[in-house]
Amino acid sequence: MKYNALSLLKQGLTGQQGWPQAWRSATLQPRYDAVVIGGGGHGLACAYYLRKIHGVPRVAVLERGWLGGGNTGRNTTIVRSNYFFPESAALYDFALRQYEQLSEALNYNIMLSQRGILMIAHSDHDMELMARGVNAMLLNGIDVELLSAAQVRAELPLANASPTARYPIHGGFTQRRGGVARHDAVAWAYARAASALGVDIVQNCEVQDFIFEAGRIVGLNTSQGEVRAGNFGLSASGHNGVLAGKAGFRLPITSYTLQAMVSEPVKPILHTVAMSTATGMYVSQSDKGELVFGQGLDLYPSYTQRGNFNITQSVVASMLEIFPAFRGLKMLRQWGGIVDVPWDYSPILGPSPVEGLHLNCGWGTGGFKATPAGGYFLAHSMATGGHHDISRPFDISRFTTGALIDEAAGAGIAH
Amino acid sequence: MQLIPCPWCGPRNEPEFSYGGEPAVRPIPAESVSDATWSDYLHFRANPKGRARELWCHSAGCGQWFIMERDTATHAIFATLKPGAAA
Amino acid sequence: MTARRLSSGGRIDRSKPLYFSWQGRVLSGFVGDTIASALMANNVRVLGRSFKYHRARGIYGAWVEEPNAIVDVVLGGAHEPNGRATTLSLYDGMAVTGLNAQPSVDFDAYSAIDLFHPLLPSGFYYKTFFPNWHRFEPRIREMAGLGTVRPLANTEAFETRTIACDVLVAGGGPAGLAAALTAAEAGASVILADDRFGFGGSLLWGDEAIDGQPGAVWAAAAVARLAGLGVQLLPSTTVFGAYDHNTFALSERRATAAAGWGGERIWTVRAREAVLAAGAFERPLVFPHNDRPGVMSASAALQYLRQYAVLPGQNIVVVTNNDSAYGVAAALQLAGALVTLTDVRPTAPAVARIAEAAGVAVHLGSVVLNTAGRNGVVCADIGAADATSLRAVQRRVPADVVAVSGGWSPAVHLHSQAGGKLRWDAEQVAFLPLAARPHQHLAGSITGAESLAACLASGHAAGSAAATALGLTATVAPPHADAAQPAAPAQAYWRVPVTSARQWLDLQNDVTVKDVALAARENYASVEHLKRYTTLGMATDQGKTSNVNGLALLAEFTGRDIAQVGTTTFRPPFVPVTLGAIAGMKHGALYAPWRRLPAHSEHVAAGADIREYGGWWRPACYPRAGETAAQAIQREAAAARQSVGLFDGSSLGKIVVEGQDAAAFLNLLFYNELANLKPGKLRYVLLLRETGVVYDDGVVARIAPDRYLLSPSSSHTAGVLALLEAWHQTEYPHLKVAFHDTTGAWATFAVSGPNAREVLAPLTKIDLSAEALPHMAFASGRILGVAGRIARVSFTGERSYEVSVPSGYGASLWTALREAGAAFGITPYGIETLSVLRAEKGYILIGTDTDGMTLPDDLGMSGPLRAKKVDFVGKRSLLTPDALRPDRRQFVGLLPLDPTQVPHVGAHAIEFRDGKRRSRGWITSACHSPALDRSIALGMIERGRELAQQGAEVELFHLGKIMKAKVTSPVFVDPAGEKLHG
Repeated sequence: MKYNALSLLKQGLTGQQGWPQAWRSATLQPRYDAVVIGGGGHGLACAYYLRKIHGVPRVAVLERGWLGGGNTGRNTTIVRSNYFFPESAALYDFALRQYEQLSEALNYNIMLSQRGILMIAHSDHDMELMARGVNAMLLNGIDVELLSAAQVRAELPLANASPTARYPIHGGFTQRRGGVARHDAVAWAYARAASALGVDIVQNCEVQDFIFEAGRIVGLNTSQGEVRAGNFGLSASGHNGVLAGKAGFRLPITSYTLQAMVSEPVKPILHTVAMSTATGMYVSQSDKGELVFGQGLDLYPSYTQRGNFNITQSVVASMLEIFPAFRGLKMLRQWGGIVDVPWDYSPILGPSPVEGLHLNCGWGTGGFKATPAGGYFLAHSMATGGHHDISRPFDISRFTTGALIDEAAGAGIAH
Repeated sequence: MQLIPCPWCGPRNEPEFSYGGEPAVRPIPAESVSDATWSDYLHFRANPKGRARELWCHSAGCGQWFIMERDTATHAIFATLKPGAAA
Repeated sequence: MTARRLSSGGRIDRSKPLYFSWQGRVLSGFVGDTIASALMANNVRVLGRSFKYHRARGIYGAWVEEPNAIVDVVLGGAHEPNGRATTLSLYDGMAVTGLNAQPSVDFDAYSAIDLFHPLLPSGFYYKTFFPNWHRFEPRIREMAGLGTVRPLANTEAFETRTIACDVLVAGGGPAGLAAALTAAEAGASVILADDRFGFGGSLLWGDEAIDGQPGAVWAAAAVARLAGLGVQLLPSTTVFGAYDHNTFALSERRATAAAGWGGERIWTVRAREAVLAAGAFERPLVFPHNDRPGVMSASAALQYLRQYAVLPGQNIVVVTNNDSAYGVAAALQLAGALVTLTDVRPTAPAVARIAEAAGVAVHLGSVVLNTAGRNGVVCADIGAADATSLRAVQRRVPADVVAVSGGWSPAVHLHSQAGGKLRWDAEQVAFLPLAARPHQHLAGSITGAESLAACLASGHAAGSAAATALGLTATVAPPHADAAQPAAPAQAYWRVPVTSARQWLDLQNDVTVKDVALAARENYASVEHLKRYTTLGMATDQGKTSNVNGLALLAEFTGRDIAQVGTTTFRPPFVPVTLGAIAGMKHGALYAPWRRLPAHSEHVAAGADIREYGGWWRPACYPRAGETAAQAIQREAAAARQSVGLFDGSSLGKIVVEGQDAAAFLNLLFYNELANLKPGKLRYVLLLRETGVVYDDGVVARIAPDRYLLSPSSSHTAGVLALLEAWHQTEYPHLKVAFHDTTGAWATFAVSGPNAREVLAPLTKIDLSAEALPHMAFASGRILGVAGRIARVSFTGERSYEVSVPSGYGASLWTALREAGAAFGITPYGIETLSVLRAEKGYILIGTDTDGMTLPDDLGMSGPLRAKKVDFVGKRSLLTPDALRPDRRQFVGLLPLDPTQVPHVGAHAIEFRDGKRRSRGWITSACHSPALDRSIALGMIERGRELAQQGAEVELFHLGKIMKAKVTSPVFVDPAGEKLHG
């Protein structure tokens, strides 16, 4: 049933009894043409594009827990494409352009709110680096603007604008097309659209190991039995390293906990997504009114999805240092996700070192914004056996040639 | 907040420590190894879920590096070892 | 409505009245009241409006479980935007206002939304509002949210504490008190925390006796005994988070003169053993229109009666599926209300006699089928518990309060946060821990204990187990409570089986039974999907009362057991915690302390424009009256070139490296050859990461064959020291070498310019001649009679002497140098001026001209890679295909064709390729050069050295504007370096 105001009205008159399942809960079949490991936004998007664009007949998505339950359901919902390198800009802007028409394409409101993202500069040096970034982005065709201190103060009236602040405001830059989207809805929308195209979505199905024949991956043993397919896609953020290990290779990835938290809901008080170069914090206000914020990693490998309190304190302090007006609000909920961080903070896409397996991993702390792109290019790799032009620079071979795409370095961070 | 037994100082709170990566064997002579071998040493990690062998430094304490055996899925700590000590 | 304050009883101080305002109306209460109890005593029924439908909401609970009574509170300069009226102490002068309503909670224009509720089921917004979401979103945002932020409120400082103990007892009810007594008597150091104002928990409003004394009296004696044993007693303190290795986070609300919530303090407690005794929450029993003000938790009704002497209503209907509400009914009846009790169970439990003896009318196999009343309940329909129609009414009774008890859910939050698993106990009708986590012990309700005797026994057992784990022996006997009436099991009864009316699960977020049915129908069948799709349990109460009913119904609608459905993950914090308190002292200057130079006061006195550079407060320049910073920079730079300037370089790092293998070690670490550096000489060096990227530059002095002094950049000193230690300890431990950061011990001033030698000579006997102290050499000796060092090193391109003395003498040396140089017009210059001087010479600034991609050859420093035979950190990475690419960006100078135009730092050199503009690199530094009296720039440009040789022109792009420049060598002034050496 199509979602629109009219169907909502009709169902309203009949007690909402007529809505069909948003997606089928499939049972695992023994054979598919393509199997995607990981039922988050990326994996579901991949399945959708495999059917929709490449016409692959039999597609399944395997999810260890509940769909959308990994980083898709744990992030701070920010979307943007303000990247320094042309390769990154092409990738992330592809995703943002997909996002811009996703609600219509999938007939599901993902609540893309292009309220802009604003990065605050706290010194003249920050401003110089921002100018370098903004110019790069303009050359990459991204809609960014360099802002004066007065412009930043006008957009963020609650930010600490005192000249004696620990981190005074010297200016900033914004991407107006950036913003937030409803993270769960992205997974649900892709799931519903993929299911409607015949994709089998199998939840509570954990991959135990890979089945090889003649050096090629031909199947999987799962908690729901064996499955075989022509091609497999790895899109299990947080566990890609573990699964790669089972497939016999290593990834240039370390998995950390990234915490996020929300405050109690308050009336609209912050109208854009704010980020600070000095403290690394990012904060936005959800449509419900909660401040959603985060900052740095718990800096040691962890698969706990929790995060420790000393880091929570650092995250909160980093946000309040920029927005002291929020000191009196309360933290309502705090959680953690497992982020797969590669050395250069850029994703690893395309064929894996093992035949029959394709990669969509290493999105680090920024995978949500790339959901449509991750799915799209994984589908491309699985269906064609090779790279799309946009994904090619993100091949795993870059770690051997040295041609890294280091966005942190591009932002002027020496490491 | 983990309680980490520094092999020199005894148990101390997590904020005193910094994680220093997986122990990796530096290929020597570096110049004569292949790009692939060098890249493997530089970038590629086992990144285990479960029991892991890790380098840590008591950076805000005695400043010493040590090996810690820790479970990355539960944060249980099995042992800390001075460098060179048998595992 | 006839809630009223009783003339006696309660824990309020009737001799101390308090006056506060509610919606602008002045009301009174007493010391000991919460905001909620005072409002109830004043007969205020509607305290707020629900989040979605804007339905009237009254007080439901009596403590942290409260979903409804969320109010705005102002007292003095403090503001609580979403105050929970049931837990905030009342203070004189408080201004309390209801939330989420226009113009007021009593008459809310938005309440018309409720008429459209059939069109607004859970998740309706996913099905409409697109593609024009941006038009709808602002309106929806305005409607959402609860309280408002007042920017200037809450400026008080918070503090945090970190502490360790043998045993942390979370919860000071009977079980927690028993556990704390047992552990403390055994000799353990104990912290006992309870979120209420005092200890005792349910003993404070219950009727039962312990060791022959009334429960409250026993509790007071227990607390006194604990104090005597040195137990750290933390009332008004919530254990809100359980983290790794038995770390717990606590929030203490210290009552201050200013406000009930002022002075909140966060404790981080590391407990060797922990006892979890947080009690249980009473669940609602769900029936049609159960959201009206006046519907409240039965145990809350008892608490208002006993704690605050407020009788919540006159005609009270109690609805229950378990024994616990009978005592409540009896107490309310005896306090003067007319009470009717309906129990969904068909047979009378033993406790029914107590209620009946008090005069309560008991109806078995019955339930409330409906309520009526505009802004609160006025009557209730009673019918059979299995009725499927609202019309199956057996009797309609007047009711101003419906007190509900749907059973009890133990507070398993901390156990679950710590990674503990849960199981569904069908007999107890509750989720209980599968097994305690290591070093944690369970006590009270969380063990499934229902009677007081069982709670005390489990508390004693937990305290003993904790003591035993510590190697101690428990010595005290368990407290004794009389055996309770034999309990009849609760019936798993989750809602009235009527489908035609709304029955609320989550009162704040307006989630009803129908919403759960819809989620199940649409296959949002995972418990996490249910939560996210319907928002069940995501309000400020985090579902403390609503979750289990929701899970049970999801199980029913999806044909599963509750055990199969499971729970959502419990996340910290257990209750909302103030952000400012979490951050604690980490605020302002203490967020990241600044460092000051030894001569800071002298710089301030000299009129310096002081800014932060990498954590240091340093002079940017020294503007004179009427001078801009830009003018000062030009003047200072010219003075240094023409006569002499004075620069405070004390923040430059000074790391001593010593040991018999110091030379070998540094040679392994640094890009440049250091083994052949002669004692007394200096060398400019790069330090690489293993990836080949330039991490830092600096100057190395060889003081003796086995002793070097490194000067890393100011902001990298700590990082360089850490790198040296890391490489030494993990890779080269066999080398005998040690490191010592002496940065803070020295003050260092650069005297730079043609007259530098003349200025300095009178202050020291060190021979400053070019022969005795050539460029890149140093000498030790006395300066102004103080042992120090003079290094001939230059960041300006002029003849320069870096003078170092112990930092305590820094200020006097600075003053002496200024006096000695007065005849030469010695000019203090700041770091911005230095940046101009070094740019004229093409000297790089790390982090400005370099970034995380810069390799040594990119900077034109390829000599060591070719010449140095030994391996060094990062060497192999300089040989990868990408490192050897011919089109890498290279460090060059740029001269704008218009010499009056200074290009913008961050401008990109562009070219057209395939019809598109692309970047060829960027400007890293740019300024007006006083020496050349024209604009100059430095940059990293693809194939830059080739372009410089050709004298090629490039287009510089900045924010859409184009400027042309010629690519040149980066050295603009004195390319032969003659000024350095003279």
